[in-house]
Amino acid sequence: MLPSPPTTFDIHQSPLNAATHEPVLNISELSKSYVMGEVQVDALKSVSVKFYAGELVVLLGASGSGKSTLINIIGGLDIPSSGKLFFHGREITAATEAELTAYRRRSIGFVFQFYNLISSLTALENVQLVTEIAENPMSAKEALLLVGLGHRLNHFPAQLSGGEQQRVAIARAIAKRPELLLCDEPTGALDFQTGKLVLDVLEKVNRELGTTTLVITHNASIADMADRVVRLRSGEIVEDRKNLERLSPSELVW
Amino acid sequence: MKPLQRKLWRELLHLKGQMLAVAAVVACGISVFVSMSSVKYSLEASRQRYYSRFRFADLFVEVKRAPEFYREMVSRIPGVASVSTRIIADVTLDVPGLDEPATARLVSIPEYRTPVLNDIFLKKGRYIEPGKPEEVIVSKPFLEANHLAPGDHISAVINGRKKELLIVGMGLSPEYIYEVQPGSFFPDRRRFGVFWMSRRALESAMNMSGAFNNMSLTLAHGASEKDVIMQLDNLFRRYGSLGAYGRSEQLSDRFIVDEIKQVGIQITFLPVVFLAVAVFLLNVVLRRLVATQRDQIAVLKAMGYSNEDVGLHYLGFALIPTAVGAVAGTLLGAWLGRGLMNIYGDFYNFAELVYSFRFEDVALSVLLSFGAAVFGALGAVRKAVQLPPAEAMRPESPAIYKPGFFDRESLRSKIPVSLRIIVRNLERRRWKAALSVLMISLAVAILVAGRFTYDSTERMVQVEFNGKHREDVTVLFNTPMPPSVAYAIASLDGVLEHEYYREEAVKMGFGHRVRRQSIRGLQSSEGLQRLVDKNNRRLTLPPDGIVLTKTLADIMGIRVGDRMQVDFLQGKQLHREVVVSGTIDEILGLSAYMNLGALNRLAGDGGALNAAYLRIDQAKAAPLYTTFKKMPGVAGIMMLKAMKESFDELIAQSMTTSTLILTTFACVLAFAVVYNGARISLSERARELSSLRVLGMTEAEVSVILLGEQALLTILAIPVGFLIGIGLSWLLAEGLSSELYRLPLVFSTYNFLFAFTVIIVVSALSGLLVRRRLVTLDLVEVLKTRE
Repeated sequence: MLPSPPTTFDIHQSPLNAATHEPVLNISELSKSYVMGEVQVDALKSVSVKFYAGELVVLLGASGSGKSTLINIIGGLDIPSSGKLFFHGREITAATEAELTAYRRRSIGFVFQFYNLISSLTALENVQLVTEIAENPMSAKEALLLVGLGHRLNHFPAQLSGGEQQRVAIARAIAKRPELLLCDEPTGALDFQTGKLVLDVLEKVNRELGTTTLVITHNASIADMADRVVRLRSGEIVEDRKNLERLSPSELVW
Repeated sequence: MKPLQRKLWRELLHLKGQMLAVAAVVACGISVFVSMSSVKYSLEASRQRYYSRFRFADLFVEVKRAPEFYREMVSRIPGVASVSTRIIADVTLDVPGLDEPATARLVSIPEYRTPVLNDIFLKKGRYIEPGKPEEVIVSKPFLEANHLAPGDHISAVINGRKKELLIVGMGLSPEYIYEVQPGSFFPDRRRFGVFWMSRRALESAMNMSGAFNNMSLTLAHGASEKDVIMQLDNLFRRYGSLGAYGRSEQLSDRFIVDEIKQVGIQITFLPVVFLAVAVFLLNVVLRRLVATQRDQIAVLKAMGYSNEDVGLHYLGFALIPTAVGAVAGTLLGAWLGRGLMNIYGDFYNFAELVYSFRFEDVALSVLLSFGAAVFGALGAVRKAVQLPPAEAMRPESPAIYKPGFFDRESLRSKIPVSLRIIVRNLERRRWKAALSVLMISLAVAILVAGRFTYDSTERMVQVEFNGKHREDVTVLFNTPMPPSVAYAIASLDGVLEHEYYREEAVKMGFGHRVRRQSIRGLQSSEGLQRLVDKNNRRLTLPPDGIVLTKTLADIMGIRVGDRMQVDFLQGKQLHREVVVSGTIDEILGLSAYMNLGALNRLAGDGGALNAAYLRIDQAKAAPLYTTFKKMPGVAGIMMLKAMKESFDELIAQSMTTSTLILTTFACVLAFAVVYNGARISLSERARELSSLRVLGMTEAEVSVILLGEQALLTILAIPVGFLIGIGLSWLLAEGLSSELYRLPLVFSTYNFLFAFTVIIVVSALSGLLVRRRLVTLDLVEVLKTRE
């Protein structure tokens, strides 16, 4: 079972870089199938993979490859059909609903393709939604400054551009100082220039805060900014390689 | 304020139309409950306070004339707490500005003011002074109706002698909260009033010194009313007593008790209807809200908000409009209650009608509505709580449509596409459609039931004032007259038709059931008074036997053909038997009718007459009335037309008010259901409708698809509503019926037409309001947003 003391998941007590060989996440033989309408979909087929502290990992794959399912299970949003997932040695797949809530609340930050901001709340309030319930968060304003939106605090989502909205979503995800930042197609709905700006922010967060970051994308060019690239196809891992050199997002081309 | 709370408030504001509709329905339900329960409580409390403050008696005995020392004897009967004796006499009055004679009920009061039973509440002026026999205190309704005031004079014919009376005070008494002339159901304030006069003056005028003809008593706590009545009856039978009776047979009290009971019935059914609709509305609104906010729910959960946080957040969408409705409903209810009390204050003459409501009633109604809100929200909130976050992140899988009834090959080609979309939508969610129909039909039903009381009263007026009675005036004699009085009346100039009746007080018995009742002997049932039932059907009085009001027969447990015991309470006081030869389902009161000759034979005397029905030549009315004013044997006259007018006037206001309230509430109901239905349908199908617009459909065509569904539901709801309305009216008629009157179950075409029109107009209006949103729909935006 997951322990309740916050220290367990406190980023300040976990090593800043991949110096240790204990993985943050240890995934073993994870499978997931679900029914969509009248069709059964096998989204994940016995996936095993480990992620280490401070890594920036890009999960590559076409749509339907199972990357979103994997990240949802990692984030405690979904339950696998079989297989196990360990977070710092604790089995997340065996956690109760309340423990999953606590896990998400303390350790996970999410960034979605469609931002998923609450349209009735301002940028600041959307971030406060998280700082409100997190332990030891940074201030909402601080988070927004970090993503370069200090001047848009009191704007509603409808008054922000797509890139700005996504940066609010990132601010919302990192404000709690999560150990794990999960980004599902963060640039999927953005144009090239805006997309790079968002990736810049993600890279900065990873570098400055040391947050283990998983970025899902179908865009292979983004892979060059990662420490490591994991490629999925039809629910299986077909490639897991390390980049010798990490490019900065501004150097990316697509 | 926390961000989630802010989200709640902003989104409530965004959904204000729908939320206001919910709040309005809750407000209607609560206001009915609060107003009716407060009116009931206020009436009960006012009655109680009035009775105890002015010592309203528990028992009453009327005799012809009994010696005063019986007062002492009666006070020694175990269980009797206090006794008052009085002289009461009905006399004719000459009211300034009124051609026809009015009737005064003279009631004796002590010369020096001392506390007595049935005491007077002196509203204006002063008490009578000793040694001034001409001074009287007069009841407030009579004075006001005739524009008289203390200081004015009025002349009366007391025991054949004309006397000038001086009005010194305006009074009210717990005995006459509902002030009607004996023998009548409807107040005629101009022509009947209660006059309180010095006992000594009445004794001398009526030759009653050392005697009384009316006794009232209060009972000690725990005393048996039945035992005391038995002893009183033994004591006073020889003095012409028609039997002692308690409050339950005192006309004024019976009317009030009935009224309170009726208010109680209305408390039960209307609020239930409104709460049911509120439950339904919250259910559909919240379900839709949760469906549109699937992704937000997912995000909240992804961020670590617990199921309780999410559940409470969505429960807030139900609780806040309910709270708004509860506050508005309580205020509206208090306002309505006060208004209704004012109307009751016009109808009933209370010394003071204090409006107040009990905290418990308000608390109960608020509690009930919150219960309803939680119940209504439960399904949607549970769905929000149970939604797994990952699934919430995915768009809802497309709704599953299957070929339905209208998709048969034979029908398909004949039905236009837009109609097919509508029908498939309704078919796919049959339960929701059926519930929507039910909710709209409830609004129709309330309209029908609201107008039903109107129609029913109309029928009552028709039967009582047109069907049953054809006379212009009824002349009441103060003592039974020999049949020869007919010659005297017939000889009066201006009398066109005349007919008489005899009224005999009896005790009826059948099996173990005994009841005080009067039998009316009619000369014929084809002349001036007829026998007409509540369905306006006429009945011919058989030459022999007795005809009973159906309710009376039911109370007695007697059927046509049974033999009934009859004990005459006056005259020879014979014990007889009579066959029940028929029953008649009458609207008002409980009556027993016999052919006059048969009644005379049964009573075993040469016959007697108590009143005359006359049809008169209106041109000669004035001198005829003057003659009646002077006739010593005349206790008073009743004018049919005047009674009808007075009834119309009194009833009109309360009827108009209650119909208006019900109509308004029904409109709110219909509006709320149709508007919400259309709004939700718009939200569900915005993408679909925009796509159709992009494909080239006109605004009008798209409107048809959106609003056609609501229109179809409304059309279906109307006949269902008629049926429910008829059922509701039947329940109301049953609930409101009493020994005093039965509401006939009648529905005018106008009633249904009115309900139909109101619902169509209200639905059209709410449809148009939603259509406005459809027109302003931003096509590109709608298509861009992820469902």
